[in-house]
Amino acid sequence: MDKKYDLSVELCGVKLDNPIIPASGTFGFGREHNEFYDIDILGSISIKGTTREARFGNPTPRIAECRSGLINSVGLQNPGVDAVIAKELPALREIFHKPIVANISGFSIDEYQECCAKMDKQEQVAIIEVNVSCPNVHNGGMSFGTQPEMAAEVTRAVKAVTTKPVFIKLSPNVTDIVAIAKACEEAGADGICLINTLLGMRIDTKRRRPVIANKMGGFSGPAIFPVAVRMVYQVSHACSIPVMGCGGVESASDVIEMMMAGATAVQVGAANLKDPYACKRIIEALPAEMERLGIERLSDIIGIVE
Amino acid sequence: MYKKGIYTIKSNHPLTADVWRMVLEGDTQWITRPGQFVNIELEGLYLRRPISINDWDENTITIIYKVVGRGTEQMTSMQAGDHLDVLTGLGNGFDADVECQKPLLVGGGVGVPPLYRLAKELIARGRKVSVVLGFNTEKEVFYAEEFRALGIDVYVSTADGSQGTKGFVTDAIRENAIDFDFFYSCGPLPMLKALCGCTEVSGELSFEERMGCGFGACMGCSCKTLTGNKRICKEGPVMKREEIIW
Repeated sequence: MDKKYDLSVELCGVKLDNPIIPASGTFGFGREHNEFYDIDILGSISIKGTTREARFGNPTPRIAECRSGLINSVGLQNPGVDAVIAKELPALREIFHKPIVANISGFSIDEYQECCAKMDKQEQVAIIEVNVSCPNVHNGGMSFGTQPEMAAEVTRAVKAVTTKPVFIKLSPNVTDIVAIAKACEEAGADGICLINTLLGMRIDTKRRRPVIANKMGGFSGPAIFPVAVRMVYQVSHACSIPVMGCGGVESASDVIEMMMAGATAVQVGAANLKDPYACKRIIEALPAEMERLGIERLSDIIGIVE
Repeated sequence: MYKKGIYTIKSNHPLTADVWRMVLEGDTQWITRPGQFVNIELEGLYLRRPISINDWDENTITIIYKVVGRGTEQMTSMQAGDHLDVLTGLGNGFDADVECQKPLLVGGGVGVPPLYRLAKELIARGRKVSVVLGFNTEKEVFYAEEFRALGIDVYVSTADGSQGTKGFVTDAIRENAIDFDFFYSCGPLPMLKALCGCTEVSGELSFEERMGCGFGACMGCSCKTLTGNKRICKEGPVMKREEIIW
């Protein structure tokens, strides 16, 4: 049956066997999930968000259970871009033989540029994904992704130091997602990835204090799927650059819905934590779901919903 | 190595008012050391629930859990024959091969269970094992008899003095002048800290943290140690006392 169904998609000239990409921060650098299954079946991998210096991240507890999801405030724990390039990428290359998405973060324009310039030199990196949800330390800590001009400034800065396709990963915690996406497009972004987590909070009612040490964190999981579909739809219809859809995807049916909304590729995040086999299960279920819906080529349905 | 599997509940009974013992039947080949844990998927809850392994054999895993929230509450309603989706073989576990003659095992409350299998492993290696179990009150005491049945010295402390030494595990260690040359411990953080404060000998301690995945992917449960950042679920939950930053 699989032969008849074409799962491949193309993202800014990068050919993927299928549209499934584990989202940054839910898959490390692939090692842990590779113990469960051969991760070479994935379309690509968005690696753990990388910053200039090594980071421990936020204090613990930094995970909270929610109805249909979880809150995390890991805070970009990573060994720093040089260690990622020296150790993690070569190790990943041993177990994953396809081009990857390098997710970079920064707390200043300089940091974004430096991370991007270093990732640009890595052959296995096909796409740079720029997380603009970090606070800008030079601007009162306001997140880069919350204002069109700031998001555009980051976009211009990273585009100046790489020839690889740049996707800006947007935060949903804004009033007008389309304005921000368009600002990125006009600044030269090659694509948009959305959505990052929604800002959330849980309270331990017995102890009368937040569950998360940092009080608030990013809410992800199936609960945010409708928000993600809506934003993917809005942005993909307003912009002419490709979109990677992300947010609450758990099944092959979700993937098709996200693609019909306008996503060219689909990232799977929180599901990887609950079910380590989530991406494998989804990829294997796609042909049957395509058959059920009368789809022969997955790329045919991208943005098919008017 | 760790794997996901479907397990059948063989039994599920209370040991005290809020501590339960569950026996699961299924593949146990991924469990290699005492102190490792399983991560259980429960209906209606997003995250799995990590529970330490009390004991295992060729085809069963015994876990002992305390009812602390919705997940563990739900587990008490499960019956023999029910199925659970479980990740097994998680965490590093205790090193039973540490060079020592007279190891002391110190458990506090629901930290007691993983020490049971550890005691068996140490006895099998010819060590002279002593155990101190700390609880709040006599009604909460569990597994003291199971440890005694292994033929080792078992001391109990209760905060209210209703059984054994009145006070904490450290009081029981002093009162009984227990002689030991290494320790293994699992229990609440203040207990672990007090224990390290009352002895200079080396030891291994098992820690807890809220986890996302339980197998090292999400970095949710990281902690800082003198030997670098560690994930409680992956490089832990057991750490050497020498590497801990209190």
